[in-house]
Amino acid sequence: MRIRANGGRLWIWISILGPWLMWGTLLHGGEAARTAEDVLSTAGETGQRGGRLVASLHSDPRTLNPVTALDANSKQIIGLLFADLIHINPYTEKTEASLAKSWRASLDGRRYILELRRGIRFSDGYPLSADDVVFSFQVYLDEKVHSPQRDLLEVQGKPIQVRKLGPYRVEFELAEPYAAAERMFDSVSILPRHLLERAYHEGKISEVWGMASQPAEIAGLGPFRLKQYIPGQQIVLERNPYYWKVDSSGKRLPYLDEIAFLIVPTEDAQVIRFEAGDIDVISRMGAQNYAALERDQHAGSYQLQDLGPGLEYHFLFFNLNDVDPQKRPEIRRKQEWFRHREFREAVSAAIDREAIVRLVFQGRATPLWDQVTPGNKMWVNTHVPHPARSLDGAAALLRSVGFTRRPDGVLVDERGRPVEFSILTNPGNVQRTKMATIIQDDLSQLEMQVHVVPLEFQAVMARIFDSYDYEAAVLGLVSGDADPNPEINVWTSGGASHLWALTEKQPATDWQAEINRLMRAQTGMLNYQKRKHAYDRVQELVAQFDPVICVVSPHVLVGVKKTLGGFKPAVMGDYVLWNADQLFWRNNVAARR
Amino acid sequence: MIRNKRLCFSAAGLLLLHLPIAGAGFFAPYEAATQNREAAFAPPTTIHLLDSGGHLHLRPFVCRWIGAEGSVGSQANREDCGHTSSLRLLVHDETVYGGKTLSSSWHLFGTDGREHIFLLGTDEYGRDQFSRLLHGGQASLGAGLLATVLTLALGLLLGCMAGYFGSWVDDLVMRTAELFMALPWVYLLFAVRAFLPLRLDSRQTFLLLSGVIGLVGWARPARLIRGVILSAKQRNYVVAARGFGISNLTILRRHILPEVSSVVLTQAALLIPQCMLAEVTLSFLGLGVGEPQPSWGNMLANLESYYALTTHWWMLASALALLPIFFLLYLFADSLQQRFQVLGLANTPYC
Repeated sequence: MRIRANGGRLWIWISILGPWLMWGTLLHGGEAARTAEDVLSTAGETGQRGGRLVASLHSDPRTLNPVTALDANSKQIIGLLFADLIHINPYTEKTEASLAKSWRASLDGRRYILELRRGIRFSDGYPLSADDVVFSFQVYLDEKVHSPQRDLLEVQGKPIQVRKLGPYRVEFELAEPYAAAERMFDSVSILPRHLLERAYHEGKISEVWGMASQPAEIAGLGPFRLKQYIPGQQIVLERNPYYWKVDSSGKRLPYLDEIAFLIVPTEDAQVIRFEAGDIDVISRMGAQNYAALERDQHAGSYQLQDLGPGLEYHFLFFNLNDVDPQKRPEIRRKQEWFRHREFREAVSAAIDREAIVRLVFQGRATPLWDQVTPGNKMWVNTHVPHPARSLDGAAALLRSVGFTRRPDGVLVDERGRPVEFSILTNPGNVQRTKMATIIQDDLSQLEMQVHVVPLEFQAVMARIFDSYDYEAAVLGLVSGDADPNPEINVWTSGGASHLWALTEKQPATDWQAEINRLMRAQTGMLNYQKRKHAYDRVQELVAQFDPVICVVSPHVLVGVKKTLGGFKPAVMGDYVLWNADQLFWRNNVAARR
Repeated sequence: MIRNKRLCFSAAGLLLLHLPIAGAGFFAPYEAATQNREAAFAPPTTIHLLDSGGHLHLRPFVCRWIGAEGSVGSQANREDCGHTSSLRLLVHDETVYGGKTLSSSWHLFGTDGREHIFLLGTDEYGRDQFSRLLHGGQASLGAGLLATVLTLALGLLLGCMAGYFGSWVDDLVMRTAELFMALPWVYLLFAVRAFLPLRLDSRQTFLLLSGVIGLVGWARPARLIRGVILSAKQRNYVVAARGFGISNLTILRRHILPEVSSVVLTQAALLIPQCMLAEVTLSFLGLGVGEPQPSWGNMLANLESYYALTTHWWMLASALALLPIFFLLYLFADSLQQRFQVLGLANTPYC
């Protein structure tokens, strides 16, 4: 009876509250449904949890704030602490779902609606919502914040617009159709509004998350979170228990408990510690060190991989800036030579690229004749001609524009002035200095007097970017993305990285005008084939007119402990740790490290 | 007698070492900048007397080096004794262009065919290390000698002024000397290099390097010479000469400088290795002699790499070359010092 009586009261309550509960569920979605995690299930080898991976950095990261980070070390750590909406998979070089589980573009290519994963949490346990996304983009796009990301989030000079359409739905509007719109979201870390909103409104967003911050102050959506930082020694990251990826068996990633980055200042020291077993993975290794490790590979507990050419390319270029004839008469005079296409082509023809590959890179590099390396499989133009080295051909080209040899063998121009110029390099980059030395010897066979001038890196940059006080230089560029769009600053007149002619605001030649037109046009083409066709033509023009003389693309060389599972190095981004969430130790001995 | 022998031994040894360096063009088999790209990092060439058939050759010969760097540790780098060249003394080398001889030179030894002799192996461009060692020695030893002369000239002049005139001159010179010794020169030189003209030919670089080392190093000898002069000017014969009204210049020249000469000579023998080391350091850091001109410093720069250190021991040639020269110079300085002591010229309490 008692029970019955109680049961009767329960029924009364249910009859009163029931409709309200049902209405609430229908209107807002049930609490249970809201917290169900929309995890991303990854393919590939499944591993076992546990263990510590030791990697290395050349120097301390300067900040852990994704809004202000500029240096490579900071970006590498930030890449593991934070996540982006759409990610470029460095292995496939294509975009894939990340925090946005799906997206769709409008027919005109100007609007993108992104659906966020539901129920996922920052590393401090706070849930992610569209507000965090809107806040993040608000911060990056704020001119007062001076975030380096801002330039990347502009289309035709106009910043993208962000709107919240629902708790897990966000719309992005571009000023014009943009071919690489999806790729814009890569590496744009989503920030926790609940931790940073106050600092942002107080104008202190740039000051937060410096290297003195406590681990508890920082929260992200990456596979790891900060555990410890000892300046000059190491930075330790620990597993993020709220990470939103699982393996194919449903086990939550990452597998590793910790990743420690030791601060080891030189490449040689890193190689020695890798060989000694103190470091488990090594990347950005020179060919000589690779050869030294390769010699002892069989005896060691590590394996090495040559991934082939990456996205980096080294080149020689002449100063084609509009320099002041009063201030720099000597350079102005020599520019008469440098502006001859035939002169540049002769220099290109005289360079022994195969010798550079063999002597400087121990065979672990690929000769180049244009700016796109074979490592960039989607965009490389395989039809660009690769002429063999020809001193006779070079000499004929020089003769065709009035250069002759004096009886004593010295090469002189039409006015009888000996051809003599200097090439800037920075001794910090041994490979580039060696390249310059080989080029010097190659050109001496055309009787050109070339001087190699090693200068401290900042001095080289100041001469190239500010004073234009140089004649030629050897430099290297590496793009963070395989897509041609980040290269637009290099190849179009007026671009911030138009190294050889930074003063050129309007195209000085027909071929430069064509490059400008093609590079700008391809940004708005939504069809890959059309874009590829346009960029192929740009590569042909670069190879034909040699605004820069592309020489070589070094291979990406990495090493890893044999017992590390899930290791899948790529030629883009963080070569070895891009899939740190899927790395695991194969044996228990290593796992106990 | 033993001291004399040491002096003679060290002097003769120094002469013997300097001779091939001074005559590098003749003693070296190749030009310093000549690249043999197929023989990069070739080890010292083996000189054979027996061929593959076991037949004895009266004229020693060398085999072809087949090298493909990038295949370190593999069988690709090897000697091919199917192609040989005999060694010859007094080889004539001509550079011809358009049927006209542009330059010609005689070398003490070489080969009579296409194969090369690399007594100390080759560097990463296939340049003969032995030839570069001799040619590079000209820059390193020459800069060391010139910088020492400059250092001592400045040190002597300023030390004499400070010691003899005393007062504010002494203060000025000594405080400047202290300032010079306190400055971090290597860092300053890095900064200064950025403002120098981009193109400096080998002669300009040599003079600049010697000048810089000389200018930087004057402070220590100046302090030493000042001390000797302070002591010498108190001697009775100097006071007497001053009392007779003899001019300062004459007193310095006739009565004081002879006292200093032993110090200067000993200092010279000690300073030469220091100045050479300064040149080697600056060139090692890329501030001295630039490629393709060799110096013992820029030859050592390759050893910065772990790979070169562990794989190509012959790249240490220039470092090893410094050892006998330094040993002989210090032996020479020591013998000189003791010699002056015997003659009663050294500035010691016994005199």
